[in-house]
Amino acid sequence: MAEFSLPANSVIKEGKTWPAPEGAKRPKKFIVYRYDPETGDNPRVDTFILDLDDCGPMLLDAVIKIKNEIDPTLTFRRSCREGICGSCAMNIDGRNTLACIKPLDEIEGDVRVYPLPHMKVVKDLVPDLTNFYAQHASVEPWMKNDTPMPPDREQLQSKEDRSLLDGLYECILCACCSTSCPSYWWNSDRYLGPAALLNAHRWILDSRDDATGERLDALEDPFKLYRCHTIMNCTDACPKGLNPAKAIGEIKQLIAKRSS
Amino acid sequence: MANNDQPTSPHLQIYRLPLTAIMSISHRATGVFLSVGLLLTVIGLAVLAHGPTGWESVQNLMLHWFGQLVLFGFTLVLNYHLCNGIRHLFWDIGHGFTLEAASRANKLVLIGTVVLTVLVWFVALTV
Repeated sequence: MAEFSLPANSVIKEGKTWPAPEGAKRPKKFIVYRYDPETGDNPRVDTFILDLDDCGPMLLDAVIKIKNEIDPTLTFRRSCREGICGSCAMNIDGRNTLACIKPLDEIEGDVRVYPLPHMKVVKDLVPDLTNFYAQHASVEPWMKNDTPMPPDREQLQSKEDRSLLDGLYECILCACCSTSCPSYWWNSDRYLGPAALLNAHRWILDSRDDATGERLDALEDPFKLYRCHTIMNCTDACPKGLNPAKAIGEIKQLIAKRSS
Repeated sequence: MANNDQPTSPHLQIYRLPLTAIMSISHRATGVFLSVGLLLTVIGLAVLAHGPTGWESVQNLMLHWFGQLVLFGFTLVLNYHLCNGIRHLFWDIGHGFTLEAASRANKLVLIGTVVLTVLVWFVALTV
């Protein structure tokens, strides 16, 4: 059953406010979610003030600056700093996106930074993605092929068949989409979520894959697939511009068509 | 890493829901209102079946300003659910999944709701 309020141990308390840098020409307030598993205290929000004239352009630059110069205990994931690894996904200014490609000048007023929504928090901005990855594994994201390989060459795919995978194979598994979805918030134990379903569709559409029927069978379930109510937060959040809502709609159509 | 002591990160509390999402939850909410409204309709019909005197009191109730307000709310909610339901049918046949199309459909549904409601009340009050 959906629980709309936060459990007692998750209610956010007021945290520490760090002093503003001296002589800042363009001060900007960063309100950042903190949780320290070692104290057992409730999560809190700390306030940091940075001078935008002395900071890189992206939100990731700001959190790295906070970690380097103000509070070294601030914990977050990051790696590529160019939107391809998917590590620094977080909730910034109320929407999920990648910190490394979110320009600070797009954010009006104070900058609010939270971990991806409705996830168990490991520490600060680091959510536990165990269930998310297990859901991805459950759609068996690999080629299942019974067709004997041609002896003298690769198994070729026409350009048209290959182009069906555009907009699907580019997913970087950052979890922005799934954790933006209210349906996923309430039912992540049974609903697979937009990321896993988009990846499922990538294999359903692959002309070289022989398990299409089996894959659709596995998804034909009131919860795994049909908890999607086309809220479209997923498509709105995807930092790669992909469209999980459309992919899910197409899976529903394929299931409807084969049973008619 | 699964640990029950781990807090749940905030969700509804902090997410800036896009209009499409707000209209989605409104569809659910209007559906609930309509179910209640249907109950009132059934009660009205049951009273009607009991003859003219009972029906007269229902009619008085509906002509009272509060009754009118409830009826207005009912038509508004019905028209919203109808218009948004039609957009869901388009989604079901695979149309309107881009963010641009969704944004256009948001506006169409809202305009449609207002126009239909005004139309219903124009007809109800003048004809």
